[in-house]
Amino acid sequence: MASNPDEKIQGGLLGWVDARFPLSQMWNDHLAKYYAPKNFNFWYFFGSLALLVLVIQIVSGIFLTMFYKPDAELAFASVEYIMRDVEWGWLIRYMHSTGASMFFVVVYLHMFRALLYGSYKKPRELIWIFGVLIYLVLMAEAFAGYLLPWGQMSYWGAQVIVNLFQTIPYIGPDLVTWIRGDFLLSDATLNRFFALHVIALPLVLILLVVAHIIALHEVGSNNPDGVEIKKNKDENGIPKDGIPFHPYYSVKDLVGVGVFLIVFAAVMFFFPTGGGLFLKPDNMIPADPLVTPDLIPPVWYFTSMYSVLRSVPDPFLGVLAMGAAVVMLFFIPWLDRNPVLSMRYRSFAARFNLAVFVVAFVVLGWLGLQQATTEVSEMSLRFSTLYFAFFFLLWFLSKERSAGFSLIAFGVVVAIYTFYDVVRFDPSDASLIMWSWLLPTAHLFVTMVVPVFARGLGRDRAVPERVTS
Amino acid sequence: MKTLIATLFVALAGLTVVPAASAAGSSGDLPSISVDVSDQAALQRGARLYMNYCMACHSTQYMRYNRVGRDIGLTEEQVVDNFIFTTDAEGELVGAGELMKNAMTDAYAEEAFGVTPPDLTMTTRIHGEDWVYAFLKGFYVDESRPLGANNKVFDNVGMPHILWELQGWQEKVVDDDGNERLELVQGGSMSQSEYDRAVRDLVTYLSYMGEPMQLDRQRIGLYVIIFLAIFSILAYFLKKEYWKDVH
Repeated sequence: MASNPDEKIQGGLLGWVDARFPLSQMWNDHLAKYYAPKNFNFWYFFGSLALLVLVIQIVSGIFLTMFYKPDAELAFASVEYIMRDVEWGWLIRYMHSTGASMFFVVVYLHMFRALLYGSYKKPRELIWIFGVLIYLVLMAEAFAGYLLPWGQMSYWGAQVIVNLFQTIPYIGPDLVTWIRGDFLLSDATLNRFFALHVIALPLVLILLVVAHIIALHEVGSNNPDGVEIKKNKDENGIPKDGIPFHPYYSVKDLVGVGVFLIVFAAVMFFFPTGGGLFLKPDNMIPADPLVTPDLIPPVWYFTSMYSVLRSVPDPFLGVLAMGAAVVMLFFIPWLDRNPVLSMRYRSFAARFNLAVFVVAFVVLGWLGLQQATTEVSEMSLRFSTLYFAFFFLLWFLSKERSAGFSLIAFGVVVAIYTFYDVVRFDPSDASLIMWSWLLPTAHLFVTMVVPVFARGLGRDRAVPERVTS
Repeated sequence: MKTLIATLFVALAGLTVVPAASAAGSSGDLPSISVDVSDQAALQRGARLYMNYCMACHSTQYMRYNRVGRDIGLTEEQVVDNFIFTTDAEGELVGAGELMKNAMTDAYAEEAFGVTPPDLTMTTRIHGEDWVYAFLKGFYVDESRPLGANNKVFDNVGMPHILWELQGWQEKVVDDDGNERLELVQGGSMSQSEYDRAVRDLVTYLSYMGEPMQLDRQRIGLYVIIFLAIFSILAYFLKKEYWKDVH
């Protein structure tokens, strides 16, 4: 038998494994020879951190499952049993509850990064789609998990959300009964939510995360300059602006992990309830189907979407609006047709649009925690308009528009919501409706009309050939 | 990029003002107290008050007797002798490892008070320490109520003024400016400052009860953060070393 020189180098246990499983190849494809742009900044920590939080949630969740009882009679007490009698149970439980909130913090920042540097644009559309799916499943996972402690907020929060399906014409009531598995939220609901939370949804979540990463490693990472590093390769076919993920980014991400865990530990050990945002005081009361709490705000990471829901008076249309607020995310890669990826080289108008979107999202989140007064409802409507305006403007700012088109488009969009204002006009809220009308109008004026007169504000800059730093 | 971040910060700074302003209105009317759950003497006094005056109606059924004893510095014998009055189905006193339930049935409570006295294991976590303190000092004479007392922070409460022997009786008076306040009209066995301390001890005990591991978590948390800080610094230098040749 002729000796193969490769066999000598790749001998031993690793060689044995590699002949049967592509271990070295996977290591190289995804870490040691995966070339990432060398100019990643702060925003690029959140991908690996999201993975870290996923692992924290799974591991702490496994331990919680060992002691938790998915039974309406026992669930609440079993959580307190974990908090008081199980050795280190309080640590595991706080780790899991803090992890849930931190998961959303990290995911929201990760999504913002994608919007900031155009990471959803060609050829990364599928990475974005998988990402939005992860976000959707994560919301379902968090929602199912929140029912499990069987406190008042668990119960009534789930009641509110499940009842949203009731608004669907014809099938609504039957659908809700089917979801609950009973005519009211009960032990049957708790059991199925437990099954979804510990098996079904985590499984889907992990599969989607794998798909997300495979898609990423297929096309390569974007970077803060939005420059395609594969266009500049050296004689060995290695991108000139690329560095191997391992060891460069593995050690860099280690710093991110350290700093992130400090924040995580600070919350977990010193502010586990997050001032009532992460663990609500009312949830320390066992679920009581006969006593409705005064205020049933969702957990903070749902409040933006909840505000969109509340901004529409008709329940079914409200549910559609809330659904649209999430579904619109899927269309972003095709709405934004501008060839410039990074906000570094986008126009003032485009940056302003993103900044207002972030502000709208945060304000909607705050509004969702408040009692629904007239002012809160009005502001929810205005900031929801700003939220949806973002998607329209992504398309509108895809290229430089003519003066005529800009002015007509501006007029049409303003006319649409002004028409709604006229229809719903209530003289007792006249001043509120009129001054708040200025919010979306000013935003659209700055992004659509101002660039007509100051062309520089609407113009994108030249993108460099190579990454800058 | 920089301008974008600056825009965001300005926008967020504007936002933080709003919740701060609205939060002040809701809790501003309760005097704020601070309790020290590391004060074992206060915890023991609070536990004694709780067992003598509260426990008959209000269970703390998520907690065990011997855990409380261990945490507040009592021997198991002291716990059994002083805290345990509840019997099991056979009529025997329950063991020190049992959950702190009581003998009152829901049906009896419903008949006596019109409402089931809530379990108080997590009452400070639900209402806050300030509220519980104000509640325990808030009872006043009100002949219109079935048990002769009403409460300033919990209107038409079903509970009688169980600590009246200690505090005495208060009446609600309205001063010239229309402000309502409570005035002691008949003294109890304690002076006003003694009663304030007793209530504070009780709140301290209930605060401990709400989260018995709170001192542990803060102590451990400090070490964890110190470890993570050192880890982060080392990781930073490791990163710097690896990245020397990246230009």
